[in-house]
Amino acid sequence: MEKTWNNKAWFMVLPVLLLVAFSAVIPLMTVVNYSVQDTFGNNVFFWNGSDWYTEILGSDRFWLSMVRNLIFSAIILVIEIPLGIFIALNMPKKGWGVPVCLVLMALPLLIPWNVVGTIWQVFGRIDIGLLGYTLSALGIDYNYVNDPTDAWVTVILMDVWHWTSLVVLLCYAGLVSIPDAYYQAAKIDGASRWAIFRYIQLPKMNRVLLIAVLLRFMDSFMIYTEPFVVTGGGPGNSTTFMSIDLVKIAVGQFDLGPAAAMSIIYFLIVLLLSWVFYTVMTTVDAEG
Amino acid sequence: MARIDVNHIRHSYLPNPQKDADFALKEVHHTFEDGGAYALLGPSGCGKTTLLNIISGLLHPSHGQLLFNGKDVTRLSTQERNIAQVFQFPVIYDTMTVYDNLAFPLRNRGVPEADVDRKVRETLDMIDLAELAKKKARGLTADQKQKISLGRGLVRSDVNAILFDEPLTVIDPHMKWVLRSQLKQLHRRFGYTMVYVTHDQTEALTFADRVVVMYDGEIVQIGTPAELFERPRHTFVGYFIGSPGMNVMPVAIDGKTATIGSQRIELPGVPKTVTGNTGAGAIELGIRPEYVRLGRDGMAVKISKVEDVGRHKVVRANLEGREIAAVIGEDEDVPADPKVRFDPVGINIYADSWRVEMGA
Repeated sequence: MEKTWNNKAWFMVLPVLLLVAFSAVIPLMTVVNYSVQDTFGNNVFFWNGSDWYTEILGSDRFWLSMVRNLIFSAIILVIEIPLGIFIALNMPKKGWGVPVCLVLMALPLLIPWNVVGTIWQVFGRIDIGLLGYTLSALGIDYNYVNDPTDAWVTVILMDVWHWTSLVVLLCYAGLVSIPDAYYQAAKIDGASRWAIFRYIQLPKMNRVLLIAVLLRFMDSFMIYTEPFVVTGGGPGNSTTFMSIDLVKIAVGQFDLGPAAAMSIIYFLIVLLLSWVFYTVMTTVDAEG
Repeated sequence: MARIDVNHIRHSYLPNPQKDADFALKEVHHTFEDGGAYALLGPSGCGKTTLLNIISGLLHPSHGQLLFNGKDVTRLSTQERNIAQVFQFPVIYDTMTVYDNLAFPLRNRGVPEADVDRKVRETLDMIDLAELAKKKARGLTADQKQKISLGRGLVRSDVNAILFDEPLTVIDPHMKWVLRSQLKQLHRRFGYTMVYVTHDQTEALTFADRVVVMYDGEIVQIGTPAELFERPRHTFVGYFIGSPGMNVMPVAIDGKTATIGSQRIELPGVPKTVTGNTGAGAIELGIRPEYVRLGRDGMAVKISKVEDVGRHKVVRANLEGREIAAVIGEDEDVPADPKVRFDPVGINIYADSWRVEMGA
């Protein structure tokens, strides 16, 4: 087919380009600006080249927080995706149970991040928290303030509580879109419960699962508010994730240059990993 | 293969059905003989799919009993009944190859892999998809997908019956013809008990030995294509089968004579139960357009239009204020002063929409 060139089309996309420029590109460029210069205030800048990048990439602190992030995201995905699928499979498909379940599932998603953090911060306290107090009363040595493992368990539980619903709702949407005829045919074909899941439900959930994995990965990789409220990154640095570290550098120490360089690296990592996930999952989808 | 007895089955989708109108199936009592090819014919919503799903066990009837070879299977699950069913829209397992799709029902039942391979290859040849065996099923066209669905229905040779729920809806007309004749051939070769649901009369009449016509949750007539055409038991069958459908007009009966307005029609016999029985409700005369003779003698009509459908012409006319249709040959002309006669062979009399027998 002959391609038609019409330069007027550029005018049509101009408003969107401007909007994106103001909302994303320009703020991003100011960060780039900080990351290659040094300043001592008064709007005086000195060209610094790639120094901040070298400093960040050469620091153990950066790599340690990144490893924490990767481990955290991995655990989150391993728990939330299967759990979400499992809950979605067991939710009612019709009747009064549907709205009840949907509302219950949506509740955690409606709570602001810092409130979720506060809820769990109180919930886990051994002096007044329901969870912490009960565990202590049962003789289990649980204290998220002192013990790094307990802190991790608390932060992960909190994230599972907060975000599994998202996976559930996405999977549920995928499941209810499967026509009845598929289940009827499966009965006729004598398929087992597992075969129905493997060959009908899972393939039909493929696309929504891709979205669920991407969203949960990006979100958990950028997690900030909840662990900040609960543990403040501690004990020690055990729950200091990249975003928490970033804020410490930028706001705590007011090292704008290194913080900007770290932001750019952080952004590129999220972008790269999301792209990898997307490519891998869509390729599997096309073959599978 | 099995004989299927549908024993006074009624079904309602409502939890507490009270009136007759609450039932999707009012009362069906019929035997599908072992090895027969049946078509369930009727308009949308007449309960044909409900009946089919009751036979396959996807639905359990509210009342009544279902027997396979005399054994009560009413409460058995679909798996236990060992039935094959093909649905209106293609159901395929996207992630599997065409081959694996066909092997699926066999493997689920633990059939040895050597037998699976033999059966699947046989079926692939039957539905003409052998060269696509290794392809993923999701990339195929709608009719290829539907052929896979058909194939999954045909791959098990030990099934009690094969049920088809309007399986050719998504297939284009030429392919429809081919697949239908293949099904017919398979039936002759293997003697499966087949029940084929459709709302397309051509499909029903070409596929089946016996056609079961359903209307409003009931079976109104069971018969060979010829019986349905010549002696419709219910005016609905008259309308529904044939193109154009049967002419039905209210008449008054007196002995061997029927009267429409000022016209008198000689009947081939005296309708039983009608004569002298004024309580029988509406009396109607039904005659197929094929038996309406257009000529120079008989009852005067006004012609409203003539439709040339290729093989013959359909004449639409007005007789005593009622629309009637007549079929004439492609080469025949409509006379200047048109009159019609009803061929006595084609006259049926209906009381309350049901056909009454004629006496001597």
